[in-house]
Parts: sequence; C-alpha cells; structure tokens
Amino acid sequence: MADFWSLWIILLTIVSFLLIIWILFANRTRDQGTTEETTGHNYDGIEEYDNPLPAWWFYMFVITIVWGVGYLIAYPGMGNFPGLLGWTQIGQYEERVAAADAEFGAMRRSYLTQSVEEIADDPAVRKMGMRMFGNNCAQCHGADAKGSFGFPNLTDDDWIYGGDAASIKATLVNGRRAAMPAWLAVLGEDGIAATTEYVLSLNGDAVDADLAGEGKQSFTTYCAACHGADGKGNQALGAPNLTNGIWLYGGTREQIAHTLRAGRNGQMPAFSETLSEDKIHILSAYVYGLNK
Amino acid sequence: MKHDTVEKNVGIMIILIIVAISFGTLVELVPLMFSKQSNEPIAGLKPLPALELEGRDIYIREGCNNCHSQMIRPLRAETERYGHYSVAGEFVYDHPFLWGSKRTGPDLARVGQRYSDDWHRAHMYNPRDVVPESNMPAFPWLFDQEVNGARTGAKMAALAKVGVPYTPEDIAGAEEAVAGKKEIDALIAYLQQLGTLLQARR
Repeated sequence: MADFWSLWIILLTIVSFLLIIWILFANRTRDQGTTEETTGHNYDGIEEYDNPLPAWWFYMFVITIVWGVGYLIAYPGMGNFPGLLGWTQIGQYEERVAAADAEFGAMRRSYLTQSVEEIADDPAVRKMGMRMFGNNCAQCHGADAKGSFGFPNLTDDDWIYGGDAASIKATLVNGRRAAMPAWLAVLGEDGIAATTEYVLSLNGDAVDADLAGEGKQSFTTYCAACHGADGKGNQALGAPNLTNGIWLYGGTREQIAHTLRAGRNGQMPAFSETLSEDKIHILSAYVYGLNK
Repeated sequence: MKHDTVEKNVGIMIILIIVAISFGTLVELVPLMFSKQSNEPIAGLKPLPALELEGRDIYIREGCNNCHSQMIRPLRAETERYGHYSVAGEFVYDHPFLWGSKRTGPDLARVGQRYSDDWHRAHMYNPRDVVPESNMPAFPWLFDQEVNGARTGAKMAALAKVGVPYTPEDIAGAEEAVAGKKEIDALIAYLQQLGTLLQARR
C-alpha cells in the first residue's frame, strides 16, 4: 500500500477513536443517581427523564475502546503497520495447510511406494478413495460409481479406455475425449437405419435381416476402423465394445440411431492440474478395486 | 454543542450523520480503489468474449448467484474442495462482481473445466439426472432459446467505459459472434472459463 494511503488510514482511525471518546465523555453526566429532571421534551404530555448512562454501559464502552487500541497494536490494521504479533491471513492459511499436509499428505504419500494393484484392497486406501471419489468423481459417475446416461459405470468389467491400473491412472491424469463423428452426412437416413439394425444384431437382438445385411457393409467401411470388424471395440482408441449389451448412450433403436446421426464426444476432465500425485494414485487404486 | 441544537436543525443533523457514517468507507474502501492489488488484473486475464459475456448475463438473469458464490476464501477446507483461493485481480473486469453471499449450491469460482460440457448440459436440463440428491432447479428453456445478440456490442461498449479493455473490433463483431447460439451454449462457455487462470494442485 502506498505511504499516503497508509497514513490516511492511520490518521482517520485515530481521529475516529478520538471522536468516539469525546462523544462518550462530553455527554457524561457526573451525577450517577437517578433524578426527576426531564429532557424538556414534551409530546402530548409524554415526557422523558434525563438520566445518565448506566455505569455498566459506560464502562463497557470504555473497555471496547481499550480493546480496540490493543487490537490495532497486536494485529494489522493501522495502514502498513503489520502488528506486533506478525499475523497475516495468508500466513495463517499456509500454516494450516502445512499442518494438514504433514499429517494427511504424508500418510497419502506413503502409498506412492506401492503399486496401484497392491494398495487397491487396503482398507485405508478404500476409505480415503471413497471420500476423494465423492468430492471429485461422483458428480458424473454417481456416488455408487455406477454411472448414468453418458457417464460410464466404473463397477463393471466393461472399460472404454482400459481397466488396468496404468490406463485408469492415465485417464485420471490426462482426461479423455471421445471422438465419435456424426455420420448423418455420410450415411444418410437410410444408411443410419441400416447400420443401426446391424449394430443391434451384434447384440443378438431380433432385427430385420435384410436391413442388417445392408448395414454390415457401411459398418465395415466406416465403423470397423475404430470399433473393430467384430464390433468388440478398441480401448486404445476409446471405441466401446458394441456387442456386450452395455450402452453408454442407450441401446434402443432410436438411441443408437441418434448416436450414429449426431456423433458422441463425451469428455473426462483431466485432473493433473487440480489433484496431487498421491491423491491420483489413491483414486486410481480405488477405481481399480471397484469391480474386484 | 447542545443536543437540542442538533436535534432541532435537520441540516446540521444530516451533516453530522454523514460524517459519522463515512469513516468506515473512507478507511476501508477508498484506499482499495487506488490499490494496485485490487485494480491490476492477474496475468492472463482477458475480457470475456461475446458468447461468455452473454452467458454471464444469463447466469445473472437466472439468478445463479443467489445460490452459488464465486469467492473461495483462504481457508483450508475451502481450498481443499474448490482450489486456489480467489484473489482480487481475478475480478477487475467483473461489473458487477458475482461473489455472492450465500451457498445453497457449491462455490463456482473455479468450476471451469472441472466437468465436461455434456455434464453441464445434462445437469442444467435436469440436475437430478446426474446428482440424485440435488435441489437445484432445472433450466430446460435454455436449450430452446437463442441468445439475443442485438445488445451484446452495446454491453461491451458500456463495459469498455468502465475500464474493461474491449477493442472496437470486439464490439463490432459481438452480434455475429453469438448469432445462432443457444443460451445453454453461452452459459456453459461462461462456466467453463471460470477461475481457470489460477490452478493449485491439492
């Protein structure tokens, strides 16, 4: 703060203190007893006694003034004067963060020496992981990690980007972005209908065989590149398995057709900027252990 | 001075009241208006582009700030949950600021990039679809209504008058920049940039 404003604050604070003291003492009536004297106000016959301030009230006021002076000497308040205690808001914050880190951070970091697989069923890790999951993951994947429309279930064996420890950790650190293009312009409505029929047939659903046969061609041409010729998906590309009856965006005819028409670009946010390495390690272990 | 004199002269009374109540403002507020710490934008802070600016106005129109604060205090429990505490330099282009004073929902000061756009769409359409215990209202009309860009440029020009560095090109291109966008797109664009300049791993 510039010296001018520092002086401004100090000066005005002192002036206001002096004014308060002056008002308090200038209005003090020495005689502490109650009198029959009135203020002289008379409103429709209602009069007001002119009694002095109660002594306890007066001394409370004096105590607050003394307290205020003491406070401004001990704590920052008078412009740039830092106060004799050297207290700052950020200093206190950092002290508390450091104290918490010494206790909880150290405990979390002690797990970094072990692999994700090794700590996945450690009860302490599961307990910590559950809380971190609740804070960071449950909004999308649900408190039970079973996901919802558009957000994958993490408790089953079906993994879009891989369910091994390294893949889970990579998903957490870097996030993921699905890249299913929209096919309406390429396939047309007829092509969409046919391809939908074929995708349904991959799951053993009852379908129009002729239409599905037609759809197989466009599937081989356009879809197989990511989802594989057999439709079993490719975790390296984040292309889901289309044959196991597990659907991120719904498995009805209309829902599959919509996914084909408009594409899907589901995104998992990256946590590398917000969560420390030890927390990501523990969260990875928690998620890894969810379906074990 | 006798009490009587003050009580019977409204002019003197008004002046003395103004003197009495202005100390707090003069000591606590006026120096901040001239302080570097509260006037200088933090590194990388840019005025909101047209779409985000309209999103911010939708945020205000729908009353989001009545339930969501945008102010992370330097307390460990808050920074643990939300991220780096808020600093004055993040808000120098905010007119008015949206710090809020009440949290029915969580703080949103650093909500940017924490959820995907898809999540925000699902959540705004019906919050219960993704957070079953949520008591946030649904905002389905944002998906139908288009952003009205007729006054976007004028809003930018007004902000420029109070020191937000919009260029004449920003103002001229504002209406075009939001043309055809749905209100939900504007709101999500606004939310996704909130607080992204200051990140702290925790």
